[in-house]
Amino acid sequence: MNECRDLINTLAACLSTSGWDPGLAQFVQILLGVVLVTLAPLIIVIFLIWVERKFAARIQDRIGPNRVGPWGLLQTIADALKLITKEDITPAGADRVVFNLAPIVSVVSVILIWAVIPLSPIHIGVDLEIGALYFIAVGSIGTLAIMMAGWSSNNKYALLGAFRVVAQLVSYEIPFVFAILVPVMLAGSMGMQDIVDAQRGMWFAVLSPIAAAIFFLSAQAETGRAPFDLIEAESELVAGYNIEYSGMKFGLFFAGEFVHVLTNALLLVALFFGGWVGPFVDQLPILGFVYMFGKAALFYLFSLLLRNTLPRVRIDQMMNFNWKFLVPLSVINVAVVAFLLQVVRALGLAPASGMENDLIANLPQAAVLLAGNLVIIAVVLQLLRNAGRRDRSAEAVVVSKEDEMLPAQAAH
Amino acid sequence: MLELNAQTIGFFIFSALMVGGGLGVVTSRNLIHGALYLILSLFGGAGLFVLLSAPFLAAVQILVYIGAIAILIIFAVMLTRSMTRMGEVFNTQWWLSALVAIAVFALLVVGVIMPVFGGLDMSTVSAEVGTTMELGIALVDGNQFVLPFEVASLLLTAAMIGAIVIARDRD
Amino acid sequence: MNVVNEWAFIGVFMAVAWIFPTLPIVLAAFVSPRKPNAIKMQTYECGVETVGDTWVQFRVQYYIHGLVFLIFDVEMIFLFPWAMAYNQLDFFAFGAGLLFLFLLTDGLFYAWFKGDLEWS
Repeated sequence: MNECRDLINTLAACLSTSGWDPGLAQFVQILLGVVLVTLAPLIIVIFLIWVERKFAARIQDRIGPNRVGPWGLLQTIADALKLITKEDITPAGADRVVFNLAPIVSVVSVILIWAVIPLSPIHIGVDLEIGALYFIAVGSIGTLAIMMAGWSSNNKYALLGAFRVVAQLVSYEIPFVFAILVPVMLAGSMGMQDIVDAQRGMWFAVLSPIAAAIFFLSAQAETGRAPFDLIEAESELVAGYNIEYSGMKFGLFFAGEFVHVLTNALLLVALFFGGWVGPFVDQLPILGFVYMFGKAALFYLFSLLLRNTLPRVRIDQMMNFNWKFLVPLSVINVAVVAFLLQVVRALGLAPASGMENDLIANLPQAAVLLAGNLVIIAVVLQLLRNAGRRDRSAEAVVVSKEDEMLPAQAAH
Repeated sequence: MLELNAQTIGFFIFSALMVGGGLGVVTSRNLIHGALYLILSLFGGAGLFVLLSAPFLAAVQILVYIGAIAILIIFAVMLTRSMTRMGEVFNTQWWLSALVAIAVFALLVVGVIMPVFGGLDMSTVSAEVGTTMELGIALVDGNQFVLPFEVASLLLTAAMIGAIVIARDRD
Repeated sequence: MNVVNEWAFIGVFMAVAWIFPTLPIVLAAFVSPRKPNAIKMQTYECGVETVGDTWVQFRVQYYIHGLVFLIFDVEMIFLFPWAMAYNQLDFFAFGAGLLFLFLLTDGLFYAWFKGDLEWS
């Protein structure tokens, strides 16, 4: 019964050798895989909320949840129970069907991404040929959920909040997708396992740190985390698109947001930071989980650090940062990486076939691409410096004119 | 002749989504509901693309139509004041569009459905499935589609500038 | 797994993924109290009654940003196959891609310098 040894991947073969109908065995295997991939993020999120609350508490010099269970670990479960028993208010004049559907769609759109996240060399929901495009497409459904929530609530704040969020999400989707183009170009594939596999020699974050940084920043904006949390902006919008939601439906929006942050950290690791690649991962695939989640946890904590220490930006600043900085930068980055790849090939610096997994063989190519990225960074910093100087001198002129108009001086 | 397997079941589900969504679009009085039904219909279309071994087009369908165009439609509806709760039919030329719709449907029946069931020689249709990789090569190959590729970019840019000029506030 | 099975997985996934977020809502509907009254169901607005229709007219800015996004979205669809096949492409194909990107950013710079991207 060789088929029955690695159950997760060969369950169907195992079942059919023990007399099951092959079609049914296939279906059972798929169903089991689906339930596993769906439940994983939902179980992890219970723990994540605790991490987030503890982390925020420490930054704000508090203790955080510490009563329910050891170190307050069961606090989230208590919260979930509380949310379920809360009265669920649907405001008068709301569009009931759309109102109830919106939180579900928002969670589903995040869970669906997990289908293509490679967790180890052999553990992935399904390794689609168009994996990268799949998770972008599925993720864009989340925008729709927010629109549905804002519109169906029959509340001006909710609608205004939803419009802002949607403007933010669609804007930041452009640099997000341009950043993903770079790993696709380097790996020559849109399959997530292929992209991770191509990083055995060198992480893509070394080849193009700009793309990795753009991905992280726009992902931060896609999840509506500070400094891009205009979604919530309590002082202006009360709470934004989910103002009329209460009880478990409100909780679902937040569960979706927490899962999304972790999902983006995992995607960042898979696309730029080598995914499950690490020592002995081929002999013991389960190590892939450790590498993957270990690196993702670092980026998750970094995201939390940003959230808890940065002030919120204004909406015009946020839009300018996207359209006048991130979008042009991401386009230029794609063009430069494409150009340097041609140069690398012309000079014969690319690792020889069969040597792709060797660190030394990858160094020349990595050096050329990294140098290109550093040049972009230097030019951008210089441009920003000039622009900043221009703004400051313009301000200085205004101030000195005001000085002349002071009444005390005018009297002389 | 009709085998009941996963693919046919999928085909019926997605077709039902498309037709049902389409009916919803034309019958709902609420414009936002119409847009949501349209999304349902487009989603069914994406499913059909998958069944036709064109997953790339399916992803494009979801990304562009559901992720972008549907949002734009909702924006457009919101821009037009008090159109969301329309009670009465205000277009007096509905019979004209009905006529056109029936004509197009008849054309499709004669042009597509009858040949398929009328024993059309299917050997002219290549059974080969092109991959996304081949599409990428063909798009920038000097002997294939490089000109349409660039023209598409130019056309889209022109469309964007035109739309911005029309939509811009004149004040 | 072959191609059909891959997409069967996605199909089943899309069906199952709906169940888990729906469960707590259905559960809540059975467990939670329900005592609605007119004041509780009112639209929330800082303590005062809401004035006029909710579906107010929105600024055209949102629409313009949506348009620019749509154009970029469509162009990115063309760039993905290009990026995927890039390892097999020559310098001519790089030029074609660069021209494509250039034409695309043209529209962005038009909107930028005409002031259509200013958020006021």
